[in-house]
Amino acid sequence: MEEFLRILTQSLGELLAPTTAAYAMAAIGLNLHFGYTGLLNMGQAGFMLLGAYGFGITLVAGGPFWLALLVAIAAGVVFALILGMPTLQLRGDYLAIVTISAAEIVRWFGRSTLWQEWTGGASGLQGRYYKEPFQELSFLPDGRFALGPLEYINTGSDSWWTRIVAWGLVALVLVFVWLITRSPWGRVLKGIREDEDAVRALGKNVYSYKLQALVIGGAIGALGGVIFALPAAIVPDSMGRTMTFFVWTILLLGGAATVFGPVLGSMIFFAAYMFMRTGMRALAENTGVGDVITTTNVEQIGGMLVGVTLMLLVIFRPQGILGNKKELAFNVR
Amino acid sequence: MSDDKTVTAAALSDLATVARTPGAAKPNPILVADHVTRRFGGMTAVDVDHLEVQEGVITALIGPNGAGKTTLFNLLTGFDRPNTGEWSFQGKSLSGKGGAAVAKSGMVRTFQLTKALSRLTVLQNMLLASPSNPGEKLALSWLPFLWKKHEAETTEKAMEILARFKLDAKAADYAGSLSGGQRKLLEMARALMTDPTIIMLDEPMAGVNPALVQSLLHHIQALRDEGMTVLFVEHDMHAVRHISDWVVVMAEGRIVAEGPPDSVMKDQAVVDAYLGAHHDTDLGDDSLLDPEVLARLEAEEEKR
Repeated sequence: MEEFLRILTQSLGELLAPTTAAYAMAAIGLNLHFGYTGLLNMGQAGFMLLGAYGFGITLVAGGPFWLALLVAIAAGVVFALILGMPTLQLRGDYLAIVTISAAEIVRWFGRSTLWQEWTGGASGLQGRYYKEPFQELSFLPDGRFALGPLEYINTGSDSWWTRIVAWGLVALVLVFVWLITRSPWGRVLKGIREDEDAVRALGKNVYSYKLQALVIGGAIGALGGVIFALPAAIVPDSMGRTMTFFVWTILLLGGAATVFGPVLGSMIFFAAYMFMRTGMRALAENTGVGDVITTTNVEQIGGMLVGVTLMLLVIFRPQGILGNKKELAFNVR
Repeated sequence: MSDDKTVTAAALSDLATVARTPGAAKPNPILVADHVTRRFGGMTAVDVDHLEVQEGVITALIGPNGAGKTTLFNLLTGFDRPNTGEWSFQGKSLSGKGGAAVAKSGMVRTFQLTKALSRLTVLQNMLLASPSNPGEKLALSWLPFLWKKHEAETTEKAMEILARFKLDAKAADYAGSLSGGQRKLLEMARALMTDPTIIMLDEPMAGVNPALVQSLLHHIQALRDEGMTVLFVEHDMHAVRHISDWVVVMAEGRIVAEGPPDSVMKDQAVVDAYLGAHHDTDLGDDSLLDPEVLARLEAEEEKR
């Protein structure tokens, strides 16, 4: 029983974890790409990694926190422009191919020794090199704080301060995305998602709208990378294809083209993911299940189950939790 | 409205004086195309020497399958690029312009395969078409008070047009839930939201049930009576004869005949294009084996 409570508490903790916020942020960006505009960005992790690098390197070089944020956003914008300008005039599939390979290129450059003095190579940038300016901003008193069963230190890596900043940023971006997508501008994006030739025939510059969506979603993805780096380190190999597919799972779970879908999706995804892994581990240690699933296999099986979930979602509930079934009934044949 | 009527009447009487030859000059051309060619590999899909479209009337573009009608449409509206050729609309050159720029200049098209934006409501489809909406600029989009007024005016106009097309009851439904014919109507209504000078309809009657055809024809005539120029591609001969003021016939990429609907249908070139030049010749006829007859037929072929 005590074991079970521990697992529940850990899963509950995931709801508010900074990583959850980071993925929610990345999914909000991807939602702008895919949910609203229909752009297939298969390299959101690349945007996140670049954002994290921009943030970390600026702080390591001695820049202030706000400048680091701006650099991160700028990195996402530039990456989106480089990827979007040549490919957005082509059919949608090309963007998918280009983004997935570009994200890999960024990762391989990051882990190579080429710019090791900046990126730290394969072992990445340790958190202690860049966290100080961020934690100095904290106005929370020293000590610990408990909210129900959740107890963390006030200021530090895995702290309340990190959570406040992470979710604060998510809330800000969410309001911004809500405002722009409910406007006529957002309506044009949805039109492009449905049929870009029809929108072009009405005199709209489709290319420019797609580029705007890619840039904004990419910059939001870069911010997601910043949040991801706040409580951890910037290690290129932890921000690869797996990350991209987690973000996709989160978006489709919560519901594409909905405002709160990415946030809800991220919370449910990480709580369930944690529950599944810690649960499996507990079962493997204490019961006969251990003969079938050893504790060392839990991570891999967890990853496989995420893949299966993504497939089941796309097949049986493509609109996700919050999506409108009626809206998705068309076009999906 | 009465002004528009007299304009239309004048445009129609102008047409009476036009020569009935391919590429004939019109007294008041709104669209002029020259030497437009488009090749797909070795096949020449469009090879139009000269074409003028009279302002304020309904011009039909007809021809058998593969005549290059839709390709010509795509070229003129910026959805395809020609190998050679230039064309101007209201005196301004449009060659090389993209689809969006063409539409902005007042030449708005619809598609053969209807492009209703399924997962937007009927009303959203209409509002999307409104030109120069300040809320469509990213920088202003998040400040609703800057575009609320434009949006309200546009909604009013959209509902008016929808009422005309009897779609107003469907305004809140997703466009994807409309029937094929209603989608055609919606596409036409949406094009009207842009206040076009010329409206280009690509097979407006295709896939529409016969009961709706009559009302569609009526709508197209109403557009002309309001002073709009209409150019449309069509297979349905009945529709063409019924509403068009001028007919341009294409075959194998070229314009083979032009004229008012009743006379152009009797044109030998048109009959040949539709039925084949030798549709009267009995292939079972032994005389075909006679070299003299064959030579005569070949000579005829050469002359064409």
